[in-house]
Amino acid sequence: MVADKKSIGPAEAGHYILKGPAEAGHYVLKLAVVFLLSVVVSGFSRTVICQTTPQRIVSLIPSVTETLFAIGAGPRVVGVSNFDRFPPEAATKTKVGGLIDPDIERILSLKPDLVVVYGTQTDLRAQMERARVPMFLYEHAGLADITATIRDVGRRVGNQQAAVMLADRIDADIAAVRRRVAGTRRPRTLLVFGRDGETLRGIYASGALGFLHDMLEAAGGANVFGDVKRQSIQATTELILARAPDVIIEVESTGTPNTKAWDALPSVPAVRSHRVYLLQGDEMVNPGPRVAHAIQRMAAVLHPEQ
Amino acid sequence: MTIRRKIAVTWIVFGAGAVLVCVAAPLTGSTPIDLRYVFSSSIPFADNLDAQIFFVARLPRVLAGAMVGSALAASGVVFQALLRNPLATPFTLGVSAGAALGAMLALTLNLPSGIAGFSAVPIASFAGSLGAVGIVYALARARHRGISTNVLLLAGVTLNSFFSALILFVQFLADYTQTFRTVRWLMGDLDVSSYTPLVAAVPPLALSFAAFAVLPKRMNLLSISEESAASRGVDVHRTQRLAFLSASLATGAAVSLGGPVGFIGIVIPHLVRLIVGADHRLVLPASAFGGAAFLVACDTISRTALSPLEVPVGVITAIIGGPFFLWLLIRNR
Repeated sequence: MVADKKSIGPAEAGHYILKGPAEAGHYVLKLAVVFLLSVVVSGFSRTVICQTTPQRIVSLIPSVTETLFAIGAGPRVVGVSNFDRFPPEAATKTKVGGLIDPDIERILSLKPDLVVVYGTQTDLRAQMERARVPMFLYEHAGLADITATIRDVGRRVGNQQAAVMLADRIDADIAAVRRRVAGTRRPRTLLVFGRDGETLRGIYASGALGFLHDMLEAAGGANVFGDVKRQSIQATTELILARAPDVIIEVESTGTPNTKAWDALPSVPAVRSHRVYLLQGDEMVNPGPRVAHAIQRMAAVLHPEQ
Repeated sequence: MTIRRKIAVTWIVFGAGAVLVCVAAPLTGSTPIDLRYVFSSSIPFADNLDAQIFFVARLPRVLAGAMVGSALAASGVVFQALLRNPLATPFTLGVSAGAALGAMLALTLNLPSGIAGFSAVPIASFAGSLGAVGIVYALARARHRGISTNVLLLAGVTLNSFFSALILFVQFLADYTQTFRTVRWLMGDLDVSSYTPLVAAVPPLALSFAAFAVLPKRMNLLSISEESAASRGVDVHRTQRLAFLSASLATGAAVSLGGPVGFIGIVIPHLVRLIVGADHRLVLPASAFGGAAFLVACDTISRTALSPLEVPVGVITAIIGGPFFLWLLIRNR
């Protein structure tokens, strides 16, 4: 039906609407034509947008923002999330809210032609669809998905070559770490990504799913919660005593938890052999272009002899 | 049976029950431990895994559960008598909302270490509860010589919703991971993993329980009516003030130790009344022991049910307490 009416052509249809169907004088018909015309035009404009390289990109995902800058699309980024800190240029862009409170008005006011959203931001996605703003959907997953995402982003924003080079280099760096630690003993490691700074309360550790777990495995560690098929687990002191990790690694983007607190659990091998490490920096918790560097840092504390 | 003997029997029976639960709880857990090693003096503590699980992971946790549970159940009894309202809970008058607001602020602003090894969160939540108590108390006294329980109730309930709105605002401003931590705090967590927070909670709880010891007889008279209590020689204003301040202090200390664990302050007093009747000389001690036993038992379920995962203890008390409370409501009709 749409295809049939396409034959009218925008110019003719416009004339038709302006003049009105004098012969028929039928209001409904007039509305129908306007509707069909808008369908045709929007379909046309959507394909055009999809084919052009985005010039005004808004990214609500820090790791994707970082990727955009790393592959040379940074100058075309016009808005970032409230949590974007890296690279420093990203922090100078307009802030448009976060995961749970994206500022839709501000996003639209930036007139973006590509918005990077998290898969679970369903309200935002519906709004962007209504406003006909193209989107790039993203969700955290495993380590392999990080370089896959970099390649996807590159293809989408027209910096494919730089993205492929970046992704290949990251893959090669990670493979190099894997080779280096292959055949060595894998210390049983507790990977903590959240804790109440001064005490051993509210400890959150990586389970057997997600990029943190994959990073630990790539760096030559064995996750003490490798049997728990979840991204995160609230680890009680009893659980940590029972699992007896050889190494404890705390990753932290901004805070400085006091690692002395672990001394309360002297029977834990990691505490006894002074192998509790604090790795600071947002590359440790941000699955972006610096992931190979983060894995190298983990490997350095897991396998100091290498 | 004379009242003296009834009191003695209540103390012995409920006390023995609480002690039994508190002794059994640290022996239960996700990891089997061997008592011979736990109390063995030949193995140094630093190498003794069983002793560390018992003394570092489980015992502080069980003691925290007992302290929080008994404080919340006993203050529930006192609030119900003070407000002459069977639906009153320790959280009715805004104490817990004030504590929660304090904790939220500490978590969101990422307050540093705190004072002398204490975390900032319990300190901030205790301060928040004292602030809320102060406001409600000042309001209830503003237009009366003593304290008006009606104003107390209205001011408390209003302050509760006001603080809840502020909590939502603070959560909205917080970033995603902080929001998760604040929500988790609201579910209650007894894994204190050291004795320091327990020791810190002892002075306010001791003060409150000392007040609870002299309250029951006066509460019996007050629960009939203020006039009849006054005619029997009870200083009504003093009693109300003592009841309000001591129960609020106990609630504040309990919430800052274990978070706002719900339903204990209402389920336990009502359950206890079904068994021992309405006399506060029996209800108060029985509730204190019963609350301790109930929370320690719930926490044991929380530690073991989905092990190695942990179900928040507030979820367990609510799952058990919510339906029970509804049953109480229908039953009284």
